Amino acid sequence: MIRVLAFLLMLCGPAMATETIVTGLSQNRVQITTDFDGSDILVYGAVKRDRPAPDDSQLEVIITLEGPSSPLIVRRKHRVAGIWINGPSVQIANAPSFYAVTATGSVDDILSQDEDLRYGITLARRINTTSISINTLDFPEYTEALRRIRIKSDQYQMATNRVQLVQETLFRTDFALPANVIEGNYKVRLFILRDGVVVDSQERFINVRKTGIERDLYNLAHQQPLIYGLLSLVMAAFAGWAASEIFRLARR
Amino acid sequence: MQIYLPIAEISVNAFILLGLGGMVGFLSGMFGVGGGFLITPLLLFVGVPPGVAVATGANQVVASSISGVLVQIKRKGVDFRMGFVLLFGGMLGSFIGVQVFAFMTSLGQIDLFVQLSYVLFLGLIGSMMFMESARAIYRARRTGVSAPPRRASDHTWIHRLPFKMKFRTSGLYFSVLPPAMVGALVGFLSAIMGVGGGFILVPAMIYVLGMPTRVVVGTSLFQIIFVTGFTTVMHAINSQTVDMVLAFLLIIGGVIGAQFGSQFSTRLKAEQLRILLAILVLSVCLKIAFDLLVRPDELYSLSPLVLP
Repeated sequence: MIRVLAFLLMLCGPAMATETIVTGLSQNRVQITTDFDGSDILVYGAVKRDRPAPDDSQLEVIITLEGPSSPLIVRRKHRVAGIWINGPSVQIANAPSFYAVTATGSVDDILSQDEDLRYGITLARRINTTSISINTLDFPEYTEALRRIRIKSDQYQMATNRVQLVQETLFRTDFALPANVIEGNYKVRLFILRDGVVVDSQERFINVRKTGIERDLYNLAHQQPLIYGLLSLVMAAFAGWAASEIFRLARR
Repeated sequence: MQIYLPIAEISVNAFILLGLGGMVGFLSGMFGVGGGFLITPLLLFVGVPPGVAVATGANQVVASSISGVLVQIKRKGVDFRMGFVLLFGGMLGSFIGVQVFAFMTSLGQIDLFVQLSYVLFLGLIGSMMFMESARAIYRARRTGVSAPPRRASDHTWIHRLPFKMKFRTSGLYFSVLPPAMVGALVGFLSAIMGVGGGFILVPAMIYVLGMPTRVVVGTSLFQIIFVTGFTTVMHAINSQTVDMVLAFLLIIGGVIGAQFGSQFSTRLKAEQLRILLAILVLSVCLKIAFDLLVRPDELYSLSPLVLP
């Protein structure tokens, strides 16, 4: 009897959550066109509740945007015979090509460590350091370098206080995708928290794709490299010939 | 106006690329070289990945060489037979170079390898050319006439090698081995440095092969078209690093610049042109050497890991 009750409780578990997220995105697809110079994505939403919000704790929101992950090599330069050359390296099993975290406050303050481990919210949790090969002892310096380089190129964005929350119900934030993004499915994750514990979470996807001539050239280069190579030559040959002809005519 | 490069996967200002192409085109029209040795380092400076810079540089040289060779053919300044012999060696050298390039990329040392090649060859050729042209200017001041460059004497070790062939346009009769070897070296450099190799080929043809100056520029351009063309296709197949949009912008700027450059060059004397080119080559060499010797701001670098 107790088991049946427990089972029933588990079934209605999600429905019993008093606060759930309803969200929208300004766009669910980003097109990389020839004049692509980055893109702004607006994430907005509301907290739906079936009873009044509790007074004893404050509602917090964390929103993340994550690009496709891939394995990486981080190399460190060292000096050999007066010349700086690539020396020791660390292979990182998986790191997102883009990751942005924003929240209603400082993520460290509003998120407990246990919940971070469970949901993998902070950047440190997204970089998979179960590395394939370590031939150096100062491994943390390499992941720190990865963070530093990608923060500098806007690929990792750690902004606090960028989520606006109105009356513990409506919230919104903006993400700035830089021009150096790669293609793929970008995952938006939204968390609402109370007392450092995630109350509800939701995932949405944004499809980032090259379009038009960018798409065609990229596909051709990878699927028909010989034809692409020859086409580059024809383009070069034609441009070289046309230029000399135009100038010859112009000089007359 | 920002433009997104589909292969390099970065967004660059189109006018910067047109300007780079134009500047290099001006210099290449002025000195009669392809300008690849300038384009590749400049592209790296703008933030284009090294692989894309080298492969696309080669593609750009194809266009500027075709534009130049068309003029030379009308002047009968192309020794086609010599061109084909150089070309045969060039293909071989380019093929080997592309393999070495891929191997060095997998070791993570491609940047260093490209930079060292630049320092070595630009330094060597630049200082040789500088000394030669300085001597010519000095001699011209003293005697009042500009002396013709020294030609290989009639009977050297070159003439004792087998597989002799008659090169009628150049008025030469010797073995095909030396030109094939010179061609192979240039092909190799083209593949790893993204250059046409004119700055090596032209002195080699004059001083080593003893060809008359009148056919040197045309013949070197003729062989460069095919070697850089071959290199472009090899890179496109092996590493998919030829960026057509980038190449197109560089070419547009380059061909326009080249026309102005070649008009400007008629105002200067041959040895003045040579010493200016030598100074240019040496300063590129010193800049790259300096970068290798100075402690970089960021010691770490990232590159994608390709799982076997």
